[in-house]
Amino acid sequence: MPSTAPHNQAAFFRAKSSDALLDDSLQAALNHAKGGFIKKRAEAIADVDSFESYKQQAQLVKNHTINNLDYYLHLFEQNVEKNGGQVHWASTPEQLNNIILHICERRDAKTVTKGKSMVSEEAYLNASLEAAGINVTETDLGEYIIQLAKEPPSHIIAPAIHKTRQQVEALFKEAHDLGDRQLDRIAELVDEARSQLRQKFLDADVGITGANMLIADTGSAMIVTNEGNGDLTATLPKVHIITASIEKVVPDLESASAILRVLARSATGQAITSYTSLFSGPRNVDDLDGPDEFHVVILDNQRSQMLNGPYEDMLKCIRCGACLNHCPVYSTVGGHAYGWVYPGPMGAVLTPLMTSLKQSKDLPNASTFCGRCEEVCPMGIPIPEMLRQLRNQEHKEHLTPLISRLSLAAYMWLTRHHRLFHWATKLTHWAIRNATSNSIIKTRLLKHWFEARELPLDDEKGTFLTQYDKIIKSTVKGQQ
Amino acid sequence: MDEVAPNASQDLERTSPHVALFVTCLVNQFRPSAAFASIKLLEQAGCKVSVPKAQTCCGQPGYNNGLEKEAIKTAKSVIKLLEDHDYVVVPSGSCTGMITKHYPKLFSDDKVWHKKATKLANKTWELCQFLVEKRKAEIIPHIALSGQKVTYHDSCSCKRELKNTEAPRQLIQKSCKGASLVELKDTETCCGFGGTFSTKFSDISARLVSDKASDIKDSHANVIVSADLGCLINIAGITARQHIDSLGYTHAYEVRHIAEILADNRDAPSMSYNTTSIITTD
Repeated sequence: MPSTAPHNQAAFFRAKSSDALLDDSLQAALNHAKGGFIKKRAEAIADVDSFESYKQQAQLVKNHTINNLDYYLHLFEQNVEKNGGQVHWASTPEQLNNIILHICERRDAKTVTKGKSMVSEEAYLNASLEAAGINVTETDLGEYIIQLAKEPPSHIIAPAIHKTRQQVEALFKEAHDLGDRQLDRIAELVDEARSQLRQKFLDADVGITGANMLIADTGSAMIVTNEGNGDLTATLPKVHIITASIEKVVPDLESASAILRVLARSATGQAITSYTSLFSGPRNVDDLDGPDEFHVVILDNQRSQMLNGPYEDMLKCIRCGACLNHCPVYSTVGGHAYGWVYPGPMGAVLTPLMTSLKQSKDLPNASTFCGRCEEVCPMGIPIPEMLRQLRNQEHKEHLTPLISRLSLAAYMWLTRHHRLFHWATKLTHWAIRNATSNSIIKTRLLKHWFEARELPLDDEKGTFLTQYDKIIKSTVKGQQ
Repeated sequence: MDEVAPNASQDLERTSPHVALFVTCLVNQFRPSAAFASIKLLEQAGCKVSVPKAQTCCGQPGYNNGLEKEAIKTAKSVIKLLEDHDYVVVPSGSCTGMITKHYPKLFSDDKVWHKKATKLANKTWELCQFLVEKRKAEIIPHIALSGQKVTYHDSCSCKRELKNTEAPRQLIQKSCKGASLVELKDTETCCGFGGTFSTKFSDISARLVSDKASDIKDSHANVIVSADLGCLINIAGITARQHIDSLGYTHAYEVRHIAEILADNRDAPSMSYNTTSIITTD
């Protein structure tokens, strides 16, 4: 992954997560956000008769599409062309960037507005456009904030969730000419962003948006937003480019509805987002508005490698972010610690698969296997099982520390040799009580445990099996 | 109710089934009193209890850390050890889940062993769930905790893998007369133990368990119980550290395995009163 590798910081999860725990503003922002998403989702689900049946229908759609992915992608392409648009295929992020650069150069584009697109984040598209001298403006409020802060998103649906209101205010004060105006309230911050962005929408030569779904049957891209920025980005400029990935295709509008029913409820706890827009090609002769050109760039970036393998279910992910919102680890350290564009449980699976397991080997281990991600996933993706598979792969490829591989192997061997196992438990019992070895346990072996916690002591009379054995023997003796 | 044809498992519910207690490696090492309490509860419920001597560990540490082949070998030895009993009862949701949910998965490519694993999975139960669902247990009420506030911490494995949240609460209410069962503000979130996670990412784990400790404090509970020793070691560890006095003793909470309070078997000191800190190494 030449274009992603230099940015991929996933190797540093351990260090970055430790820093995150000590970052007061980050912790304030995370605490502020904590619970909000969870509560709203729970309420939205309680509001419908059977969310489980919604989930089942959405999963049926995705299963069917993933099993016939080539057919639907081809159908989508045909229908986009029928509508007068063009589909471009990109196997790698570089190809995606080059295709888009080429379109921009051909139109002599100077300014680009962007709606939120995780695929473009995956390709570092902004950096590539800016390097070519094109002025890029993110128009989703969260994306706009992190663009000012020169940071990657820390959440797939709430990219600036790691920022406090005060930090946003400071960023706006630095970037905008505010005069004496104060931005004390969130509404004032939103107004300020809106007034800054209005002219950008009008001036843009090219608008780039993502897509939540690609409708094969109609050749349309569906975008769900709450700010309406997607519509302005798509319809005002002369050129509309959509960035999407192969698994975003669905057969028809009915299938799309099945997914919409679970998407917003799982993501923001809304029954449906404020805007659900369909873009189906360039402006027709009798249309009042719309772009002259309509391009859909569809990225693979390792996804086709997941087909028919142990990670295929990951292609059903609809990017709702529920697994992030409910993950105890994500909620404690935030998204940046994960080091790449996809954080949290889904990111801990995707990052190794789409970049390199070696570079992101901490991520599959950064889970308590509490299982809440799988429980809240509207697509029922078995994320813990996939993390376990990745751990298996790490073990096979010797990416784990030698000492832990050896000690685990020794432990597992002992579990099958019960006499030695029990001898070892007795040795442990003794070692906890012996002053020297107790000190080694506390300061070396379990040093990290003891930084925050005590270790409850075992029973002075010995392990259960030792005690039980004595009781059985004395009972037998008594009976004789 | 429809008439259901009698079958072997229903007969077992009526008579005295032969139950193997799989004590788990953590209970064996850290909390023998939980195993003795489990035996007492099972015998009160009319079971013939045996403790297979050759038992060790379900293999989860290897299984969750990439050693799948080793886990398969260990699973085979556990299956061989336990397969001849009517039921296997485990005082842990996590180890029960390993046997009931993960053993069959380990043998998805091996018909013979998959069948054996599934058979064992079908007769393996977490203690509380077994007492309520299979034995409609005669619980012997006691007033030892009368006036106390008891909270039950849901382990993630009990809650999500076994969907077992009601049985332990029912049992507490039935057996601990005069005690009130109080709930933590957030019973959904993991305590941060996660087996080897607690040492691999000890600072994240520590933050999660201190959040749990704040919830415990806010609940005004003074007795904390759970069905999983992993969570209990973690929770006892943090409450001990937070409420330790100059002599190394803590006076905060009584932290125990749920079996101990159900069986009124509280001779062992609370897990948070008795920690390795008591052994001075200076």
